[in-house]
Amino acid sequence: MFEAVAFYLFAFLTIAMFFITVTTSQALYALSALAAGMIFISAFFFILGADFLGAVQIIVYTGAVMALYAFGMMFFDTTREVKEKKGNKFIIVGLATLCAVIIVAIFAAPIVSDNMLSLYPALEGAGNTQSVGLVLFTKYLIPFEVAAIMLLVAMVAGIVLAGKKMDLSLTLLNAEEIEKMDEEINKKVLS
Amino acid sequence: MEKYLYIALFAPLVSSMFSALFTNTPKKQFVGIIASLLIFSAFVSSSILLTHILDGGDIVHVEMMTWMATGNLYIPFGFVVDQISVTMMMVVTLVSTIVHIYSIGYMDHDKGFNRFFAWLSAFVFSMMILVMSDNFAGLFIGWEGVGLCSWGLIGFWFHKEVATWAANEAFIMNRIADLGMLIGIFLVYWNTGSLQYDIAFPAMAHLDSATLTWMGIFLFIGAMGKSAQFPLHTWLADAMEGPTPVSALIHAATMVTAGVYLVIRSNELYDLIPHVGLFIASLGAFVALFAASMALVNRDMKRIIAYSTLSQLGYMFAAAGLGAYWVALFHLMAHAFFKALLFLGAGNVMHAMHDELDPFKMGGLKKVMKGTWIMMTIASLALAGIFPFAGFFSKDTILEAAFAEHHMVIYGVLLFTAGLTAFYSFRLVALIFHGEERYKIFGIHPHEAYKFMLIAMSPLLFLAMIAGIFQTPFFEMVEEILGATEYHIHSHATLLIMLVGTQMFVGLAILYAYKKYASWSSVPDGSSVIENSFIYKLLYNQYYIPYGYEEYIVKPYNELSAALWEVDKKVVDASVDGIASIFYSAGENTRDMQSGNLSTMLKWMVVGTVVLLSLAVVFGLAARYSGEIMSILSGLGV
Amino acid sequence: MEIGLNHYLILSTILFAIGLVGVMRRKNLLLLFFATEILLNSVNIAFAAISHYYGDLTGQMFAFFVIAIAASEIAVGLGLLIVWYKRHGNIDLESMTSMRG
Repeated sequence: MFEAVAFYLFAFLTIAMFFITVTTSQALYALSALAAGMIFISAFFFILGADFLGAVQIIVYTGAVMALYAFGMMFFDTTREVKEKKGNKFIIVGLATLCAVIIVAIFAAPIVSDNMLSLYPALEGAGNTQSVGLVLFTKYLIPFEVAAIMLLVAMVAGIVLAGKKMDLSLTLLNAEEIEKMDEEINKKVLS
Repeated sequence: MEKYLYIALFAPLVSSMFSALFTNTPKKQFVGIIASLLIFSAFVSSSILLTHILDGGDIVHVEMMTWMATGNLYIPFGFVVDQISVTMMMVVTLVSTIVHIYSIGYMDHDKGFNRFFAWLSAFVFSMMILVMSDNFAGLFIGWEGVGLCSWGLIGFWFHKEVATWAANEAFIMNRIADLGMLIGIFLVYWNTGSLQYDIAFPAMAHLDSATLTWMGIFLFIGAMGKSAQFPLHTWLADAMEGPTPVSALIHAATMVTAGVYLVIRSNELYDLIPHVGLFIASLGAFVALFAASMALVNRDMKRIIAYSTLSQLGYMFAAAGLGAYWVALFHLMAHAFFKALLFLGAGNVMHAMHDELDPFKMGGLKKVMKGTWIMMTIASLALAGIFPFAGFFSKDTILEAAFAEHHMVIYGVLLFTAGLTAFYSFRLVALIFHGEERYKIFGIHPHEAYKFMLIAMSPLLFLAMIAGIFQTPFFEMVEEILGATEYHIHSHATLLIMLVGTQMFVGLAILYAYKKYASWSSVPDGSSVIENSFIYKLLYNQYYIPYGYEEYIVKPYNELSAALWEVDKKVVDASVDGIASIFYSAGENTRDMQSGNLSTMLKWMVVGTVVLLSLAVVFGLAARYSGEIMSILSGLGV
Repeated sequence: MEIGLNHYLILSTILFAIGLVGVMRRKNLLLLFFATEILLNSVNIAFAAISHYYGDLTGQMFAFFVIAIAASEIAVGLGLLIVWYKRHGNIDLESMTSMRG
């Protein structure tokens, strides 16, 4: 009973939040609604017993991703109203609905037969985090490491793309050049 | 021996490819010389093979490689040198060697000198394949190859409209006949399961007569086309538009005899169906008379010789049809010698007269062209069948065969034709070489051909004179596979009367021709009584057969084609264009998709997702309910 | 009333559809990114639900990797957006038409 109540509550909240995200014309609203939606999604993870995933969801999305978006919004001038594309909204909504209906139809009609086997069942008597750790660091060790490298690469790429004067290397410059550069920056600041 | 077989077969190919290298360059003397040498080497190899066979050696049979092997069909590139093919090889290589050498002189001033040798040698190669192949498929390749080369050589002077027209006519007429030939070959394969001569022919003995009759008829239709028998004869006279050496080699000595060769090669088949053989013989006799009658009045030197070729081919078919295969083959050989000689002589005259072909505009040329005169006279004597020249032995044997087989009508027709042959041959000789020098009116200064051309022709002259002495050794050589029927009239007296009678008849015809034409003084202008008589006109216009073809086949066909062209435009073209325009308009309309606008692209991406998902649903359902769908479909009778 | 797998899958589908609407509708690139986040999250719900109902941790593993990918995508994507903004002064999707065919 509790589960059902929680599910419907959070389903409603998530849908509402995301709906706001895609419909609002205020970027700030959209950001806030998205962040809220992310947190509500983590609720589902907790309901489903995926505690660790829920924690990661809150940390990564609401912690890191939302912070990034917030910085992005500060950089761009998005405080004014966002102009939307002209065009037939019915087509957009219709397409999305059709897509959803078909997917639901696929789920509802049991085309995928029930021969799914549990390859990595959760361990008896172990907490979710422990089980996840066991699977993640045994069977999925290599994908995990690859994902780590991917994140590193993405970080480097983000810094290089967004940073200034990334082609300069202070270690390769001598003292005079650095001094000269400093003076130029100071001049700009003063003027 | 295999070595010589391969040399004989492939030297012409090498020659052709070598000459083909220079087709786009100006005349090069060495091309002609090297081509002639290579063909000569083929001749030498053939001679070695001939002596091998004459000495009673084994038949040389090689299988170079597999050509086709699918299911039960197995066709190798196999070649056989037996008594028949070695005879043909000798004829082909000898005449073509001489023609190659002769052409060096004849084509001296021609721009297409190198190209000519490429075609000519290619022809020899095809002809060698035709006669040496050990199966019908190989024979057909050679058959088509000589057809192609004949097309290229008739239309050699392609800037002349008539030449290209004649080339196409020859090619198309041969295609018509080749259809019959192909059907014949299919029948052979269908019923005997093989195309190899040594398997197919023995197997035919067990087939029923109707099948064999159809086989024989269809194969003979192919032979009719290649050998220009009635009613497919018109192309041969028109083929004279080609250079004269070509006429000598292809349209007198070798290619046109391919049909006779086919009948001789299939002797085991035709022995089983004597009624078809009788038909062949009758047609042959008819064509002999028919062609000779057209030659009587024609005013084109080369066409007269072409008609005489046609007539002699009729003789060969008459002999082959009566079962006298070795006689037919012997006449084929002897005819090749003197007819090639006659044509090459005509080539000399043409050169001297600046391509003038009307013998009425010549006359008295024996003073300036002594060598050519002697050669053409002897060739004509041989053609007429005067003792002791080659034609006497071969042609008289055909007459004897007809007599001995008690086909008196055929005998009578052939005998009468022999008289006509003598008459028109010497009409030609008399008009060209005797009488007043009418060419002076036209301001022509004739000159004798190059000496080496005459020397090149001399082997033919020699053979035209003495080929008769080969009759007995030839008979002994081929009797093993062509049947040992010697056609002897039982009573010596009858034989003697026949021989002397024939000779006298022929001699009288010659004398009459000389008397009538040797002192000819004017160029006919179409006003004399005889020229306006019905028969003259009928003969001169070739019995109106080309006209009839034009009127009743070509014109209706053209009209039909014009009508179908409309259908083609409205149906075929329209549907093709329609398909194209569908794609065009589809592209035109969907070009907006590629607007470069990312959000439009995203939209299309979603559309794609929807489509894929729908497909997933459809296929999923189909897979799940495949049993039910199949039962419904089978219920509908699919 | 028992909550089954289908409930979660349908929820996931609804969220996915909302994300699709956003993707198709938004002109501002930043907001477009938001929509893609929604898409990724809806899939994560499906993964977690399947993982739970089949008692298999593979689904959760996939969800982790999806989160990792989403994080990298945002890092790189935002970097690119900044570069674009510096050059053109806006982040309008309509202005990016250099791929016009």
